[in-house]
Amino acid sequence: MILSTGMYQRIKLSGTNSMPIIKVENLIKRFGNITAVNDISFEVKEGTIFGFLGPNGAGKTTTINVLCTLLSPTSGSAFIAGYDCMKEPSEVRKAIGIVFQDTTLDKDLTAYENLIFHAYLYNVAKDEMKQRVDDALRFLDLYERKNDLVKKFSGGMKRRLEVARGLIHRPRVLFLDEPTLGLDPQSRTKLWEFIAELTEKHNVTIFMTTHYMEEAEVCDRIAIIDNGKIIAAGTPDELKKAIGGDVIYIKTTDNASAKKEIERLLKFGVSEKDSELFMTCAMGDTCIPEVIRTIGEKVLSVRLQRPTLNDVFLKLTGKTIREEEATGEDSVRESIRAYRRRH
Amino acid sequence: MEINAIYVIVAREFKKFVRERSRLFSAIARPLLWLFIVGAGISRLVPRDTGVPYTQFIFPGIIGMTILFSSIFSSISIIWDKEFGFMKEILVAPVSRFSIVIGKALSGTVVSTIQAAIILALFPFIGFKLGILQIIWVIVICASISFSISAFGIVLATFYDSYESFSVIMNFIIMPMFFLSGAMYPVKLLPDILRIVSMINPLTYGVDAIKHIIFTFEAGRMSPDFPFIIDIIVIILTSIIFVLIAGKSFERKG
Repeated sequence: MILSTGMYQRIKLSGTNSMPIIKVENLIKRFGNITAVNDISFEVKEGTIFGFLGPNGAGKTTTINVLCTLLSPTSGSAFIAGYDCMKEPSEVRKAIGIVFQDTTLDKDLTAYENLIFHAYLYNVAKDEMKQRVDDALRFLDLYERKNDLVKKFSGGMKRRLEVARGLIHRPRVLFLDEPTLGLDPQSRTKLWEFIAELTEKHNVTIFMTTHYMEEAEVCDRIAIIDNGKIIAAGTPDELKKAIGGDVIYIKTTDNASAKKEIERLLKFGVSEKDSELFMTCAMGDTCIPEVIRTIGEKVLSVRLQRPTLNDVFLKLTGKTIREEEATGEDSVRESIRAYRRRH
Repeated sequence: MEINAIYVIVAREFKKFVRERSRLFSAIARPLLWLFIVGAGISRLVPRDTGVPYTQFIFPGIIGMTILFSSIFSSISIIWDKEFGFMKEILVAPVSRFSIVIGKALSGTVVSTIQAAIILALFPFIGFKLGILQIIWVIVICASISFSISAFGIVLATFYDSYESFSVIMNFIIMPMFFLSGAMYPVKLLPDILRIVSMINPLTYGVDAIKHIIFTFEAGRMSPDFPFIIDIIVIILTSIIFVLIAGKSFERKG
């Protein structure tokens, strides 16, 4: 179980010895007097999905821009596939594909032309270009529309086309910055299917940012970032357990005696609310049989509530991620934009 | 230098140019208006004995104007690319900033030279008799000025990065560059201050070079203002200087 950044680093030192595909150490990025990224460190293993979670303005996009060699950090280091993001930007660029938050397609070109443009830009061999473009279009289910102008595409199709484009040069890491933002549920599901296939079949590492907690469930590992700092990291399960585990709710024929029996035999703290007993335990699914065995015939109904990543975020920051969206945090992004415009 | 990247940046611009008929149409319409309406009107005010009929005199300048507008527009599209995000796709690619600048400058060169060539093809209607060698020479000059002005446009695009600045560029850079290029009146007849401004305008030397090539007759007061060799040197030097500045400013701002 890994919670604070400090603990995360300790685990990392004693962790696996296979080389991480992404390695970030003590990264700091300041824009004027705004610290967008404040001393973060993390590693990502090859072939996994890494989720970077946090409210708008937390520093997710800034981190991506540093990793993609678009920004140089104030201090700290970042490596992708063993290449230094600051010293070997060209090698890093060859190793990564990126789907930005806002569309970066040329709407006046066709889907096919956008991808061919990319193939030339990444110096793909001429005799392979057509094949790779067609394969990418087929993979993302866009082959039928290849000769349509991108301006006729829906939001979901554009996003899929960007993923297809990001794959043309066979990157080892694919960055997805809020990949499902503004997409309808069907398009989201479809996009997630493609992404899962990428890691499973092609060993592509996915680095994604999101502020949809439900989406982060698909990640192998997650880092939660808030105000430029990583406040927790681990697998989704670890993070959920770290905030106290599952909650079991039970209705019985006799709450008072059931409560006594459970407390005596299982040593759980049991509370009662709305004529329902509830207790917290680390592994809800293995606890339920024990509880039922203890109180036997008295059980009327049992339900298990697992913590969500939203609960994790709430517990760690004292606020829900959605609240953040509506409040002042957006102004961080605005300030950064304004700063960059001036310089 | 990434040849594939440069090629595809030019190919994209060319494809969009061919696809957008309205852009080509207005690019051709503007010089025609100047040539046959403004030119025809002013020619009534110009004495006949100046050596060259006025519509013939402004022909090199109108070709220069075609190049000026289309080269700057082509380069200014960088602002659009930034606004709509496409520039990011280019910037994260493993391509040097310098190749991007070369690609963009060549994009402007290709579309401008095509448009200039279309205007040049009108020469029989203005009363010129040009040989094949003259035509080739003019096209070579056109390509060189296009490259230089396109590179200049990239510098502008890196300094102004929103489209609100577009009207500023139009009114305070493009129009003065056109009026003070020797296109409408010989530089040597201008008041001192305007003559000096004309002399630092790179377009002046392009227009002047074209005058040298197509004014095969004694043109008197309307004759070219500078020696041909000076024109050529200035065009080559400004091309190099602008492309270097563009590369530098792109690296910093991109």
